[in-house]
Amino acid sequence: MSETTSPGGVPLLAMREVRKRFGGVHALRGVSLEIERGEVHALVGENGAGKSTLMKILSGIESPDAGEMDFLGRPWRPTGPVDARRGGIAMIHQELALAPHLSVAENIALGVEPRRVPFLGSVSPLDLRSMRKRSEDVLRRLGHGDLDPGRRTGDLPAAVRQIVEIGRALASEASVVVMDEPTSSLGRRDADRLLELVGRLRDEGLAIVYISHFLEEIRRVADRYTVIRDGVTVSTGRMADQSDEGLVERMIGRSLDAVFPPGGRSPGEIRLRARAIAGRSLPVDASIEAHRGEILGIAGLVGAGRTEFLRCLAGLDPTDRGALEIHGRKIRHSASVRSRMRAGLGFLSEDRKGEGLALAMSVGENLLLPRLRPIARGGLLSSRRMDEAASVWLDRLAIRTGGSTAAAGTSSGGNQQKIAIARLLHQDADVLLLDEPTRGIDIGSKVQVYGLLDRLARDGRTIVMTSGHLPELLGICDRIAVMHRGVLGPARPAGAWTESSLMSEAVLGGADADGEEAA
Amino acid sequence: MTVAKRVEANDPETPWLGRIGRLAAPFIGLFLVLGIFVAIEPEAFASARNAQTIAVQTVVVGIGAIGMCFVIVSGGIDLSIGSVIALASVTGALTLDAGHSPSSALAVSAGTGVACGLLNGGLVTSLRIPPFIVTLGMLGIARGLAKLLSSNQRIAPPPESVGWLEGFVDKTPEPSWLLVAPAVWSLLVIAVVAGLVLRRTPFGVHVVAIGSNEQTARLCGVAVRRTKIVVYVLCGLGAGIAGAVTLGRLGVGDPTTAVGLELQIIAAVVIGGASLSGGEGGILGTMIGAFMLSALSAGCTLAGIDNSVQEIIIGGIIVAAVTIDGVRHRRNRA
Repeated sequence: MSETTSPGGVPLLAMREVRKRFGGVHALRGVSLEIERGEVHALVGENGAGKSTLMKILSGIESPDAGEMDFLGRPWRPTGPVDARRGGIAMIHQELALAPHLSVAENIALGVEPRRVPFLGSVSPLDLRSMRKRSEDVLRRLGHGDLDPGRRTGDLPAAVRQIVEIGRALASEASVVVMDEPTSSLGRRDADRLLELVGRLRDEGLAIVYISHFLEEIRRVADRYTVIRDGVTVSTGRMADQSDEGLVERMIGRSLDAVFPPGGRSPGEIRLRARAIAGRSLPVDASIEAHRGEILGIAGLVGAGRTEFLRCLAGLDPTDRGALEIHGRKIRHSASVRSRMRAGLGFLSEDRKGEGLALAMSVGENLLLPRLRPIARGGLLSSRRMDEAASVWLDRLAIRTGGSTAAAGTSSGGNQQKIAIARLLHQDADVLLLDEPTRGIDIGSKVQVYGLLDRLARDGRTIVMTSGHLPELLGICDRIAVMHRGVLGPARPAGAWTESSLMSEAVLGGADADGEEAA
Repeated sequence: MTVAKRVEANDPETPWLGRIGRLAAPFIGLFLVLGIFVAIEPEAFASARNAQTIAVQTVVVGIGAIGMCFVIVSGGIDLSIGSVIALASVTGALTLDAGHSPSSALAVSAGTGVACGLLNGGLVTSLRIPPFIVTLGMLGIARGLAKLLSSNQRIAPPPESVGWLEGFVDKTPEPSWLLVAPAVWSLLVIAVVAGLVLRRTPFGVHVVAIGSNEQTARLCGVAVRRTKIVVYVLCGLGAGIAGAVTLGRLGVGDPTTAVGLELQIIAAVVIGGASLSGGEGGILGTMIGAFMLSALSAGCTLAGIDNSVQEIIIGGIIVAAVTIDGVRHRRNRA
């Protein structure tokens, strides 16, 4: 391991042997982290490795059981997130922490509003002019000088909301900004812009702790890295000295034979045939034929209509035109979600928390929900029979949870996703429409999901999946088609695509769209 | 630069258009109600006397609705407001009955409301019980207390003791150049102040922030608990003043008054464009809502429409208002 010593002597922020226990669980068993001024420091590790606990301690939400923290050469003991922000460490949360009903300026100033008559306290009239100016200043620094600070935050696209949140951190004069999965809600172009911005902020002298699952991002933006596994710092060093494989191996703690399962599936007859499907606004024109035992990938930019296409097929969004056949049987446009499910379709939502799972309900209830009748006896459900039925799937898919009666929300992201997939299997779907099946889950879980998808295809199921992550589509799919502005191009074997050919078709559309837009 | 341009393209709706859109529905509703009754009963409805009646009737619902607006914008609800109005009218009447001045009666009524609001806010924030439940409990407690204090009877203080409180709500004010009762002018002043507090002070922004995203508010150092307590206290204060106004109008403290009034008050706020999930709503809209409801009930009375039918109409309007709000939201999100 190449342990770097800090070039300037004392680091800006140092955490040494920090420990934290929740009840019997050791969340952190000795984490050390050193952050320099003017660097982007990637903090990587699987979900559950302790990254978020570490950041909670840093930003004052939790206090450590043991260990030392120094910031700006003084001991760092924030009493809470506000104290931390005032002290110079600001956090950008994964789920954007903005009040959608307030204006941009109000969000940026929230909690530290300038008052015109300070004597009146919180009922003093707001100093609107300085509030506006302060917002304009930070937005300009962020390259968004055109954004009107008076706009309602909820009306802005996610990428701009993120800028607002970063603006809040800058307005509080933070010298360390912690970004937790900042691109998880962004499309590729917006993510690119954000990464550029992160680089600019570093050049201004800010220190940025960057938490992400995406190695390509970390590779592009980070100067140094720290890997945490099972609550312990296992590796730290300069990005330039470490390969992606090396990082992943350190994250998962074992050697990385193959992320993707070996190919060699042999697809059978056509099972799903969609011709010229058009929805209300998206998709515009999408045709696919998916075979038995095949994994068919749909690539495309965010907003191209991938999700809408799958939702049309599943009956969740209205279909205006086109023809759909499953097992050779025609499905009417007006067919309900329920009847499509009976025909064999199963849909996995990209929004696991909002739509995919009822997080407060138990694992078993979530898993069995679409088909409870076979489990009921005399119309009554017994918890024993539900537990039995659910446990079969939990075993078969190696899902690790607190048992079938634990709330689904208590499982890790990867296991939640497996629960959602298991539900489709319990529902007996043989055409699985999977929208971003690996979004927001850690690399170890991704590898497991890839293996699961491969097994399902080999068992004869048909899988149509979308992903914003091109290497994933190239690695797992038999064929891939690209969606561009609602129009789905022809599916070609995965081997005939490269990342750049996928990307160029996603940005430019089919070959006839040459020069329409510079990439 | 390109990003900002794209933003405009993605979302053609400019903020001021949104604000007007939010207020358009209540305004149209109000004009519809006024138009219908002017058509049915042109002489009786479109008279100065009727306008004075409607204005005075708006006062109780209006003052209550201002407080309620803060509560709803913060993401809460106060179901106890009708009962608290009744309780405050009883405590005010008891004060008069004991020989104290109308001003002390107003102070006692207001204090009663504040105490109830403090209890509501305290329970909501310290026990972490949903406001729906806490204030549902307070609905029963305040009503029972009002009956207990009054031995289940109207408290009728000597008529002369009501003093200026009676003139305060007199439909035909003295002096006549006031045009409408002094209480109506007071309502307007309170509304303007409340509107400024909600939109133009840190406190107001914090109320919206809590209703919009409570975690964020906490993260940004907003004193969430304190702000919430103050919001319920404001609502209680409104209820207390409304109780004193009721006392002035009826001349008695009636423990059975204002039953179901909480629904009208909540309706006024919602008709005015507030969202029951918090973060949205305003005082101007609320005032329009309150005015529309009292115009409706005055019109129905003039047109000889039965009370029970009035209730059905108001129920229908509430559902319609919330539906329109829902449609607008879905369109905004699309």
